[in-house]
Amino acid sequence: MRPHRVWKATAIVGWVLALALVALAILVNTTALGERTWLRVLFGVSALNFTLRAAIPLILGAMSGILCERSGIINIGIEGMMLAGAFAAFVAKTNTNDWPLTTSLLFSTLVAVGIGGIMGLLHATFSIRFRMDQIISGTVIIILAAGISAYLFDRDAVAEGKFAPIAIPLLSQIPVIGPVLFAKPLLTYLALILVALLHVGLFYTRWGLRTRAVGEHPRAADTVGIPVNRYRYMNTTLGGMVAGLAGGYLVLEAVGQFQEGMTAGRGFISLAAMIFGNWNPFGAMGASVLFGYTQALQNELLLAGVKTVPRHFISMLPYLVTIVVVSGFVGRVRPPAAEGKVYETEGGE
Amino acid sequence: MANAIDRRPGRLGRFLRSLLLPVAAILIALAIGAVAMWAFGDDPLVAYRGLWSGAFGDARALARTVRKMVPLIFTGLSVAVAFKAGLFNIGAAGQFLMGTVAATAVGISFPGMPAPLHVSLALLAGVVGGLVWGLIPGLLKVYTGAHEVIVTIMLNYVAALLAGWTVYAGGTEGQSPGPLWDPTARAVSESPDILESARLPLFFDPAYRLHAGVLLALAVVVFIWWLIYRTTIGFEIRTVGLNLKAARYAGMRVAWTVVFTMGIAGILAGLAGAIETLGVNWKFAPEFGGQVGFDGITVALLGQTHPFGIVLAAFLFGALDAGAARMQFESGVAQDIIQVIQALVLAFVAAPTLIRLLFRMEAEEFEVTTISQTWGGGSG
Repeated sequence: MRPHRVWKATAIVGWVLALALVALAILVNTTALGERTWLRVLFGVSALNFTLRAAIPLILGAMSGILCERSGIINIGIEGMMLAGAFAAFVAKTNTNDWPLTTSLLFSTLVAVGIGGIMGLLHATFSIRFRMDQIISGTVIIILAAGISAYLFDRDAVAEGKFAPIAIPLLSQIPVIGPVLFAKPLLTYLALILVALLHVGLFYTRWGLRTRAVGEHPRAADTVGIPVNRYRYMNTTLGGMVAGLAGGYLVLEAVGQFQEGMTAGRGFISLAAMIFGNWNPFGAMGASVLFGYTQALQNELLLAGVKTVPRHFISMLPYLVTIVVVSGFVGRVRPPAAEGKVYETEGGE
Repeated sequence: MANAIDRRPGRLGRFLRSLLLPVAAILIALAIGAVAMWAFGDDPLVAYRGLWSGAFGDARALARTVRKMVPLIFTGLSVAVAFKAGLFNIGAAGQFLMGTVAATAVGISFPGMPAPLHVSLALLAGVVGGLVWGLIPGLLKVYTGAHEVIVTIMLNYVAALLAGWTVYAGGTEGQSPGPLWDPTARAVSESPDILESARLPLFFDPAYRLHAGVLLALAVVVFIWWLIYRTTIGFEIRTVGLNLKAARYAGMRVAWTVVFTMGIAGILAGLAGAIETLGVNWKFAPEFGGQVGFDGITVALLGQTHPFGIVLAAFLFGALDAGAARMQFESGVAQDIIQVIQALVLAFVAAPTLIRLLFRMEAEEFEVTTISQTWGGGSG
């Protein structure tokens, strides 16, 4: 069977499973089924809330990866871009604590996005202008972000306040789905909208067509006059901005503070989500939700006071699931063909 | 020999030229680090003086540098061997931890065993621990196409959790403690001290704590050089790394080579963990994992993935690590700036054109490291 047909079949199974789980979740949270502890652990509103909360940075990270890689630039530095964004958001927030809360939060978000963009631009410059191996360039970004944020981190600084939930009228009244999906803070909505935007952008606009052409066959793209490296610069910078937003989400919406190394591998897990989702925005979102769910499960099991299994093993869950997923699916997905390769224009040096 | 037209430099000339890029990279990185410190209100001169005296100031400082260099040689070799086969082993950190835990487990057991046997057994345990953690990504890559970058990173987290569990002090709600936990440490999560018989012998003044691992490291460097450049399997490893298709076309066992290489990489990082445990720490606590695994990447690249280059690179990074604490103590500059400097060194080494731009040198002299074979490349 051809790879994309296998993928189609997987996608259908995935959707059916997802719908079944949603139905089960509604039943558990509205009927007497919820009296069973293990069902509440698996499908309780708290588990679902946590799933989304954990999935948002992964979704944004995966979108960042898709933006870069669809244009042919491998971005292993998402982790670093995310951390830089988180740290930038924290610094901006602590310095604007006396501003009105919303203004300060929005400003800090913009700073996170901006710094993420700068990291993206740096990655693009390393990879394109200086022809650095893209995986090494990504590693540099990661170490750089970790080092700088640890060096400059003021442990006494406190960020005051974070994004508050906004309940969407009517939609938030739906049982289970309402509170889980439609009573969330701003950046959660933004992330979900971004997925749809990126899907439309990639597959239905001129920019998307050109981006994909640059990532699949840069020579052909160049022949028809598409500025290959300009697209790569642009997309990698955009990708950095989205990764920065993920960092901003961690500080300004999820946690409220910065901790050293707070991204804790989320950038890498979002790469796995991107691969699992076959470089498609909605596929990657589904994978991110799955990974988010394993983290929620870990959380719920610990909260439910599972004592027989040490917490260390429960905490391994997201990482092990990632390995299983990458092992099980990577053979069936297909990365952009020109990924990781320097493009040299005809007649260039 | 000395043809007037053939202007290729001799062996010594080539060696000196190969030092040019790393030295330039280090100098620029230190300069940028100084500017950064100055910009954020720290005094770079005081900081660098502290760094120097902490790394080379006296015999004790120099011994510290050498001691810090040993694990970096191993993790650097681990990453470099993988690079040779076109694999990116970010998993040295996890393999290091597994070696540490395995060596600790043997080191705290078997009282009464004769010292040479006990040390060897503990080192062997470290080798096995690292080997297992290296083989997993190798086998997964060959049989499922899973990219080693993601798998090794995930295994790093799993290893950290697993290692943390082995010395877990137990929970307040009756969770049982880990198997290697020292009950006399009360609530602290650490193992008991390993037995005297499992410790690596010290040489020179015991106060310098220079252990036999230093000699072992140098021996392993020579062995790896021989393996890579003088054996058939080494040739296969390099061919797979340079041109996968050519290797396959020539009938080489590509899959086997990938697994073998990752196994070697795992063993090297595992040995680093075992030697740190048996020679320096004498016990295991979760915070001993440190940066060695990740630093191995920078050391491997700085040493241009050549075993002898790695010794020099490890010496430099060992010095940076050894001097960092003194720097922070004397100047108040957070030692995290060292990490920034290391990242900059990596950036300049990996981007020869960047250096060329700055120094107007000829780029052809430098081998550009290419490792990205995109996701799931080696599956077919």
